[in-house]
Amino acid sequence: MTAVLETVALNEEGFMTNPDEWTKEIAEVIAVQEGIEALTAEHWKIIDFCRKQGEATGHAPTLRQITTGTGISTKDLFALFPKGPAKKVAKIAGLGKPEGCV
Amino acid sequence: MTEKNRHVAFICSKGNLDMAYPALIMGWAALGDGIDVTFFFTFWGLDLVNKHRVDHLEIPPIANSSMKMNMMGVPGYIGIPQFMGGLPGMTPFATALMKKKMNDMGVPPVREHLEMLSDAGAKMYGCKMTVDMFGLSEDDFLPCVERVVSASDFMDMTEGAQIIFI
Repeated sequence: MTAVLETVALNEEGFMTNPDEWTKEIAEVIAVQEGIEALTAEHWKIIDFCRKQGEATGHAPTLRQITTGTGISTKDLFALFPKGPAKKVAKIAGLGKPEGCV
Repeated sequence: MTEKNRHVAFICSKGNLDMAYPALIMGWAALGDGIDVTFFFTFWGLDLVNKHRVDHLEIPPIANSSMKMNMMGVPGYIGIPQFMGGLPGMTPFATALMKKKMNDMGVPPVREHLEMLSDAGAKMYGCKMTVDMFGLSEDDFLPCVERVVSASDFMDMTEGAQIIFI
């Protein structure tokens, strides 16, 4: 299953360096590595938002941009991506490390 | 596998608007990276979680040598003269300016920021001695404050944590 990751370029922290190489299958594989066994519709709502933001701005959105942009609460965001959503969401969405602070 | 999670604890001792944000922003960054976060509000820092004060935090230009004229549109790096800082209306003006700048950066007001941190799992406590000294009670605080604890309780609950005093 992790074979798909061999087709994409990752930096030393595990972030994809070329967002165009991203596919939904890759997202699922990275999610498992990040401790999320199955991506639900709510996860996808967040990932899709990040993809759109990434395309529009070239950067991964911040957590606050995600909650205000998707309408998903902070509580739910932290529950969907346990143990710190900031890097996890960006990794799964095939984007670089988020640069914003809030 | 049972390795203890990283834990950062912030002691917030200042109640000015500009001194509210360092802990809030770093705490948010820590939570986003899966680090456990604890806040201990003491002395003037209790204003940040006092529901009667949280929306009225200010930044006075007096005795703040880092506030520059260029923040008011005057080019260069000259500080705001102290006598000007004391003119009526200067503190509300500086406060409104800072609130606008924070808003432009996508940073929420302190009340909302605290709620966001609490929703993300941060633990917040008030300092018992200050609460007694200022004649406050638990009813004066925002719901994000779990309870009022002594300095010794805080030490117990932050064993092994990295502590940041602001």
